[in-house]
Amino acid sequence: MTAMAPRPRFIAADTPLPLGRAMVAIFARDVRAGLRQRQDLLNPVVFFVMVVALFPLGVSPESGFLRQAGPGILWVAALLSTLLSLDHLFRHDHDQGVLDQMLLQPQPLYLLVLAKVSAHWMLTGLPLVLISPLLGLMLQLEGNSLWALCLTLLLGTPVLSFIGAIGAALTLGLRSAGVLLSLLVIPLYIPVLIFGTGTVMSLSEGLPVSGHFALLGAMLVLAVLLAPLAVAGALRISVSNG
Amino acid sequence: MSHPLLQVSGLACERGDRLLFADLSLSVAPGTLLRVEGPNGAGKTTLLRILSGLHDFYDGDVRWCGEPVRRVRDHFLRNLLYLGHRPGIKPRLTPMENLRSLVSGANVGDERLEWALDEVGLLPFAHTLCDRLSAGQQRRVALARLYLSDHALWILDEAFTAIDRDGVAALESLLAARARAGGAIILTTHHPLALADVTTLTLTGAEQELAS
Repeated sequence: MTAMAPRPRFIAADTPLPLGRAMVAIFARDVRAGLRQRQDLLNPVVFFVMVVALFPLGVSPESGFLRQAGPGILWVAALLSTLLSLDHLFRHDHDQGVLDQMLLQPQPLYLLVLAKVSAHWMLTGLPLVLISPLLGLMLQLEGNSLWALCLTLLLGTPVLSFIGAIGAALTLGLRSAGVLLSLLVIPLYIPVLIFGTGTVMSLSEGLPVSGHFALLGAMLVLAVLLAPLAVAGALRISVSNG
Repeated sequence: MSHPLLQVSGLACERGDRLLFADLSLSVAPGTLLRVEGPNGAGKTTLLRILSGLHDFYDGDVRWCGEPVRRVRDHFLRNLLYLGHRPGIKPRLTPMENLRSLVSGANVGDERLEWALDEVGLLPFAHTLCDRLSAGQQRRVALARLYLSDHALWILDEAFTAIDRDGVAALESLLAARARAGGAIILTTHHPLALADVTTLTLTGAEQELAS
């Protein structure tokens, strides 16, 4: 039967590589496996909802306070909930040896990381964005403020995922990343948080917000372009040590 | 023998405070079957990870087709298939889905994937989630890639772990056929190998290496 196995073939250096197909394969694989891992999928969303729901109960249900603090509450909750999901990003793959195989694919690791982190955002960040209008309503946000908030989350959560991936890759060699991961990542999250909540604040005060959106968009572009470089480097080091 | 594919000279590597090996040299030409032996902890896995480019902290010279491997990395990776001691499959995917994503670079149809799973005896489980399969069956999913691979160099770390006797025999004949066809293979295993023409490299652990 082994006669049917392909014979070894020496592949020349200039043969074209299927880049797109490899990226789609990683993206599809991660999304499919993620959808089957209900627990990991639900945890960030449940956490997000619970944190947001605690504020009216714990601080004040007064609509003036909620309208003032609402954007901040939603943003902080989204940030913590992203942080919660980061440790899974590479760890399961590392334990199973799946990460080794990704590092040994001939395609540039940069592109594969881009696909992998995008899949992670689809599974953890996007659900937060989708549920945020509902929670915004609960916090008495309305009209433009509500939609502006959702838009800042749509632009901002991928930034959180991409920056967080750097921390997750760097702490991969440790038995449990825990506090170190937060210490590494949270300072980098602060600008995103400031501009995310600042947008909604400015809007409610009647100030122009296009600049805020432009800045968030610029952060997104920078994170998507540069973070995979850092992640790829960090993964190589972590895997070398593991 | 033809031109060596992989050539190593003066290789040394430390793990923790321990020198695993020093001044190690080897050369792998097409058609070579190289077996790396040694007791647990002698550095077999580390050596194989260095050779495959996964472990980057070492001293010495690793060359692929005469060029430093770090410089021709993507050419090297196109011709390499590495199977580590961890199977490298996702437990929440089926064998079929795992195999499909692992060979995504090559253009392989579903019939070929099914054929490869049949070769390793997993066709009845092609659509069962891998976390429902036994350790040996999970390992077989990874081994199915060998039947689809046309890579010039195979590096197999403990490929026979958890595989039953029939599976080992099938794998041995695959490796023998592969070497005859001109493929180069580097492997570690604690199984006795019933193969002719095996070159053996023995790692003894640090002390002897330091003395030599």
